[in-house]
Amino acid sequence: MKDLLNLLNECCPDVDFENETSLIDDGVHTSLDIVMIVGELNDVYDISITVDELEPENFNSASAIFALVERLRNE
Amino acid sequence: MITNVITYLHNAAKNYPDKIALSDVRGEITYRELWNRTLSVGSLVSSRLGGRTSRGVFVTIERNFDSIVAFFGVALSGNFYVPVDLTLPHGRLMSIYDTVRPELCIIASKVKTNIPFEGCEIINLSEAQIYIPDDTLYERTINTVIDTDPLYCIFTSGSTGVPKGVLISHRGVIDMAEQFVKTFSFDESAVFGNQAPFDFDVSVKDIYISLKCAATVHVLEKQLFLMVKRLIERLNDHKVNTLIWAASAMRIVSALRTFDKITPLYLRQVMFSGEALPVKVLNDWVSHIPDAEYVNLYGPTEITCNCTYYKINRRFSDSEAIPIGKPFVNSAVFLLDGEICVRGSCLALGYYGDHERTEKAFCQNPLQSAYPEKIYRTGDLARYEDGDLIFLGRADSQVKHMGHRIELGEIEIHANAIGFITSACCLYDEKREKLTLFYEAKEQDDKAVFTSLKSALPAHMIPNRLVYMKTMPANRTGKIDRALLKKTYIEEA
Repeated sequence: MKDLLNLLNECCPDVDFENETSLIDDGVHTSLDIVMIVGELNDVYDISITVDELEPENFNSASAIFALVERLRNE
Repeated sequence: MITNVITYLHNAAKNYPDKIALSDVRGEITYRELWNRTLSVGSLVSSRLGGRTSRGVFVTIERNFDSIVAFFGVALSGNFYVPVDLTLPHGRLMSIYDTVRPELCIIASKVKTNIPFEGCEIINLSEAQIYIPDDTLYERTINTVIDTDPLYCIFTSGSTGVPKGVLISHRGVIDMAEQFVKTFSFDESAVFGNQAPFDFDVSVKDIYISLKCAATVHVLEKQLFLMVKRLIERLNDHKVNTLIWAASAMRIVSALRTFDKITPLYLRQVMFSGEALPVKVLNDWVSHIPDAEYVNLYGPTEITCNCTYYKINRRFSDSEAIPIGKPFVNSAVFLLDGEICVRGSCLALGYYGDHERTEKAFCQNPLQSAYPEKIYRTGDLARYEDGDLIFLGRADSQVKHMGHRIELGEIEIHANAIGFITSACCLYDEKREKLTLFYEAKEQDDKAVFTSLKSALPAHMIPNRLVYMKTMPANRTGKIDRALLKKTYIEEA
């Protein structure tokens, strides 16, 4: 989880990933952020996030993103 | 002859009263309902301004069709609207406010309690929409407002950082709508998927082409571009068949490999502008949606949306630049020392409240002096290839390096053609006399960049310094933030 937080903070230094829980619903992210985060996660964790996974419940918080990464790594 | 864009609405409401004019995630309204709401808003604005016309009225915008209702209401009152995004930084908002000094501000966005515009009357759209309609307003406006009167004022950033309010007339928008309909055969069956924000002139095309054709605009909320599967589902649910998008939006859909999972089913026409669309992105769209017509559009806000177009009629390779093509009918486009210059009804009236910058950009045609004739100097460079214009970059991106005149844009075209590079930007470090290339890629590989560039460019155009970027910084409209790169890596380095 710590690695993930580092990665996210590197992508979007101005976002408070530790406390935000509605990154998508509150419009914190721009679409360019999402492109970047998805690209990074795919590379670093060797997973393949498809648009099926691009749902608010998977990206609203760092813990949700963590859960998604874990799930895809175990698939 | 049509002299006011509201006549388009008047005609559509008369001939297609039950047709859906506007829709968004909340619902839809017919042309009859749109006319009624517009008339109420227009009547209120006219009454508050005591019947005066050609005044600027603020409209706070949101990603739903309420903004469009407010725009039309202001236009029907004989005044011009200034779309304002309340999420802009305070300083920028106040700079726009000080330039226009509007007497009225219509809140068509979520109601905010702290509107920072002191001395300006605030009207909520929800109340304006049920104001007592003045049935004589349309006739009155048509008989007093002329087609060279202003319709809207859109602020662009301006390289110096002080925003410029580009003031556009009814004539400019009517000319744009007429030429688009003629050139691309739009009709009432079009359903536009509006992506561009309303303070960005790409959205002007959706609004007024649709209005002229009595077609439908579906406003796509911003969140859809985060959750792109829903975006495509939405396009399909509403049978959206026409996209006039910023190139950056096309790039996002492609970068998330959306089409691996889901494809738009009804698209007939896809048009893009704002910055050069990488050929890789275009090819991704074409290979998944082969039956649509693709059009590259070029033009700055100052000439009412676009002055040239290029219909994609062949496969492009990654190293090619997509031409910006030929001028629309009734716009004249020519090169002065390589700089794109434009003549025609499409020219803006000028920058609101800024004579100095207006006169600099909108000047007498230097090719004749017998009568007054304005041209707009775009500051963009181009050259001709097989009769089509090819965009080369900004005029101010032309530099003199080791005695050679170099177009930074040309280096960028070649850098962008390198397979693993996702974005590239070239700047000149005058102090150190270094061509500096910023490139975005998954991994740093300076050697590969140099090798590729050396095979494509003369020695004097090979960058002296490469800066690897994990992500290229973007400004609000999704374009590369050159000013920030220059400041961070060149001036302060």
